[in-house]
Amino acid sequence: MSQIPRRSVLKGLAAAGAAIAVTEPALGAVQARGRGRRPEDVGLLYDSNRCIGCRACVTKCKEANDLPPDKVQINGADYNAPLDLSSTTKNIIRLAQDGDRAAFVKGGCMHCLDPACVNACMVSALTKIPGGIVAYTESLCVGDRYCQVACPFNIPKYEWSKALAPRMVKCELCRHRVEGPACAEVCPRQAIVTGKVNDLLAEARRRIAGDPKQYHAKVYGEDDAGGTQVLYLAPAAMPFDKLGLPDAGTEPVPELAQAIQHGIYKGFIAPVALYVALGFVVLRNRKGAAAKKEEGR
Amino acid sequence: MDPAMARTQATEPHDPSGVSRRDFLKVCTAAAAAMGLPASAAEKMAEKAASGRKPSVIWLHFQECTGCTESLLRTSHPDVASLILDLVSLDYHETLFAAAGHQMEEVLQAAMKENAGKYVCIVEGAIPTKDGGIYCQIGGRTAVDMLTEVAGKAGAVIAIGSCASWGGIPSADPNPTGAVGASAIVKDKPVVTLPGCPANPYNLLGTVLQYATFGTLPALDDKGRPKFAYARVIHDDCPRRPHFDAGRFAQKFGDEGHRQGFCLYKLGCKGPRTHANCSLLHFGEVMGAWPIGIGHPCFGCTEQPLAFRVPMFNTVEVEGLTPPATYPPVFAQHGGVSPVATGLAGVVAGAVATGALMASRKIGSEADKPEEGKKP
Amino acid sequence: MSTATATPVGGKLLTPFFKVMLVFWALGTAAGIVRFTQGLGAATAMSDGYPWGIWIAVDVVAGTALACGGYAIALLVYVFNKGQYHALVRPAILTSALGYSVAGVAIMFDVGRYWGLWKIPTYVHKWNLNSALLEVALCVMSYIVVLWIELSPAFMEKWKGGDNATLRRLSERFLPPVEKALPWIIALGLLLPTMHQSSLGSVWLLPATKLHRLWYTPWLPFLFLASVIPLGYAMVVVETTFSSRAFGRARETGMLGSLGGVTAGFVLVFLAVRFADLAWRGRLGLAFRLDRYSLLFLLETALFLGSAVALLRKKARTSVGTQLNAAFALIAAGLLYRIDTYIVAYNPGPGWSYFPAVGEILITIGLIATETMVYLFVVRKFPILAGASASRAGAA
Repeated sequence: MSQIPRRSVLKGLAAAGAAIAVTEPALGAVQARGRGRRPEDVGLLYDSNRCIGCRACVTKCKEANDLPPDKVQINGADYNAPLDLSSTTKNIIRLAQDGDRAAFVKGGCMHCLDPACVNACMVSALTKIPGGIVAYTESLCVGDRYCQVACPFNIPKYEWSKALAPRMVKCELCRHRVEGPACAEVCPRQAIVTGKVNDLLAEARRRIAGDPKQYHAKVYGEDDAGGTQVLYLAPAAMPFDKLGLPDAGTEPVPELAQAIQHGIYKGFIAPVALYVALGFVVLRNRKGAAAKKEEGR
Repeated sequence: MDPAMARTQATEPHDPSGVSRRDFLKVCTAAAAAMGLPASAAEKMAEKAASGRKPSVIWLHFQECTGCTESLLRTSHPDVASLILDLVSLDYHETLFAAAGHQMEEVLQAAMKENAGKYVCIVEGAIPTKDGGIYCQIGGRTAVDMLTEVAGKAGAVIAIGSCASWGGIPSADPNPTGAVGASAIVKDKPVVTLPGCPANPYNLLGTVLQYATFGTLPALDDKGRPKFAYARVIHDDCPRRPHFDAGRFAQKFGDEGHRQGFCLYKLGCKGPRTHANCSLLHFGEVMGAWPIGIGHPCFGCTEQPLAFRVPMFNTVEVEGLTPPATYPPVFAQHGGVSPVATGLAGVVAGAVATGALMASRKIGSEADKPEEGKKP
Repeated sequence: MSTATATPVGGKLLTPFFKVMLVFWALGTAAGIVRFTQGLGAATAMSDGYPWGIWIAVDVVAGTALACGGYAIALLVYVFNKGQYHALVRPAILTSALGYSVAGVAIMFDVGRYWGLWKIPTYVHKWNLNSALLEVALCVMSYIVVLWIELSPAFMEKWKGGDNATLRRLSERFLPPVEKALPWIIALGLLLPTMHQSSLGSVWLLPATKLHRLWYTPWLPFLFLASVIPLGYAMVVVETTFSSRAFGRARETGMLGSLGGVTAGFVLVFLAVRFADLAWRGRLGLAFRLDRYSLLFLLETALFLGSAVALLRKKARTSVGTQLNAAFALIAAGLLYRIDTYIVAYNPGPGWSYFPAVGEILITIGLIATETMVYLFVVRKFPILAGASASRAGAA
């Protein structure tokens, strides 16, 4: 007979029920959805309206983080001219152009409230530490680069040229510095400001209210990608997509993925139940097959 | 004469020294500002100088051209020479003193004895060390001996000019006299070095004023140079920096770029590697009177590895690279695809696909034929 | 229908074919030396824009999918109780064990800090239970162990009657408990692939904004699972066909033919869900744009559909040619689906491009060659293949 015996299945499910009762409490709830903004969260406010493209922040970031220059030779002289964020560049100033309009835009880790990279990392090498900074722990990192794939802003960068101990590199809000973010410290125009995210949001709204003709009415990062700790203000003439800031929706990036994964694996019920059921079925079938063999002799 | 000065002279009581309090204050303010001290420090300096005992200064000359002294004397607005005589008690100076011979020797010994442990020893010129130091002798004594003795009893030692700081031009290869700076001889106390060829006189003034007023020396770097003057390189504060950032260079002396005042980097300017404050202070009190200001590349006169070693018109590497006047776009272009790899992948994919099709055809026709077609 | 026991094939190992495999192995090793001494940047074309290349998409994802023959056959034999396919189990499990082990090696090549891989199963306190990739990693690691345990009776049976005293003792000691625990090991071998093959699809739920809409769907876990089962069967067909021909064993054409129906069923379910989902989300139009993405999507669909149709025809029951063609089409489809999801459909934004570098290609080929050589070695020395007829010199 080629049907799965009904009794086996029932036996299996009963055992599965027992197994669930044992295992589910042990594998308690994993990360609750939507961390939300906390009062102690710190971040940056970048104001493209005030930025003059001096790149003091780029130079200072390299210095504060011990990063080598991205050497480029122009006209016979050497410059530090990073083309993009990379394993040697944690902060960059780009020029966005749209016809005859132009604006500067800073690039760097957004320190999302619900980071995709933190959700992705198998061994918690990327975590949100107190203050909400997305921090990297080299010793745990395996180098699988799922964080790079996951990030909607393409922030984490990898040391491709290193054979031994390559790292993921990204802005960590200068958590190693007592003075805080170097970029904010050195900006001559208060185009980069650091502080508690709630205060930065208030400052952002103040700036918009102060010059509504010049400023785009939205603060990027307020709820983009579920909210980020690095906020952006844009000129009204150059909306965020022109600045390269993607439409990442308002839901936390990991929301759907987590819903599905946890739906399937909630408390490990389904896998355990399936295993027990399978085990009983296989056992039963093998016993049946062995019996038939015996009969055949 | 500056109209302000004329007015001052007309309205204020005439000071026998020829300097009004206001001018004096101006100098102190300038010196304090050059050092990054607050305005209140200037008041204090002026007060201290007016009251109290003036610190003793013993000024030694060795292998030098006297340029540093001359620069100091050339500051004329107001007459700093007079101020020096008012602010400090210059107890020994071979250039300025009328006396000579035994008289001078006695003056030196007396000054050392009276102010032992408190006087400021200023050194101008390098000290030869080869062959027992015979290549510079004053009154039969070698420079080495003289410096050792005088600095030994000094409260502070200041080396003015590149020669006294690290050897200067006498130390240029092959350095036949074994010329070294004062810090190579004086080991028991910190030596403030004020390199430059000549050194900017305001750097000396600021250092001496601080010592005279507060009894402290300014913060020094690892070479003994006061950070207020030598922490940054010329390049960092150069008025021609925007031209550098934009890649606008003078290629040859007298060409169009040179006439336009473009950056002199490619003519061999050592500014990117030279620690000094000439780009801010210029020289003396005449704005624009400094090498780059008049269209000549800096030759790195403060830096031992550069001055008198690297040819004048050789370019140097920039210390601390900064971005140019161009910007990366919002979406930068990255890399390309290797044609070899594409070819290889094509070959592999083709081989696999062909192999599979051939195999299925062969095996299929074999297996689907009657049994006798098959080999055992 | 054969219920004959498995026996070693014997014969010469160093055939011309084997020597060709050795050459590929050598080339792969040379490229491997570059990778380990100079870093990933020197040996591969992976970049910050495309951090995953063919080592992930082909060696690991497609490789493990193709290694699911064991999974597919075990389902059939042990759950659906089709004992008549029992002869297919061992070779399928061997292929699975090798395929998954090779995927494990590929991972060691691919990750940047491979010396830290041991932390994945051991650093329980650092497990991020939200990560789909953690599930994949733990599951694959466990499955590799399970597969070799499942296969161990084949080795132990041979060693039990062999000359080596240590191996004999080992086999006598361990064969009975393994045989006794086999149902639970088999059950694990059925559970684990179900979990991680679907998780390989779940991995792409996170970077939703960067995946082309023809491939991104919340149904990814299901689609990956649904496509892996027919792939497994396809591999069994291919492998059985080549092995039986090479080693002079009976081919079990009828058995394989009857599998075709099941396989086709899974393929049709896969296609149905995929198209229904696209229609429901209003994205069906993308499939007919005739741009790069649309053409690849249509190719995938054509290959899947073509193989399913072929397998449902009566001819498939008896024609080896049809079965083989259908299997190849299915393998190509499954491979393409995974490569497309992991590489082609992934769009990190303007300015980035990816095509595997020579080193990547050589290492991939080298790994496949190694797997092939080990397979040939094992089937010659150990009782894996059944259906022995008069022995003939192997062509492979």
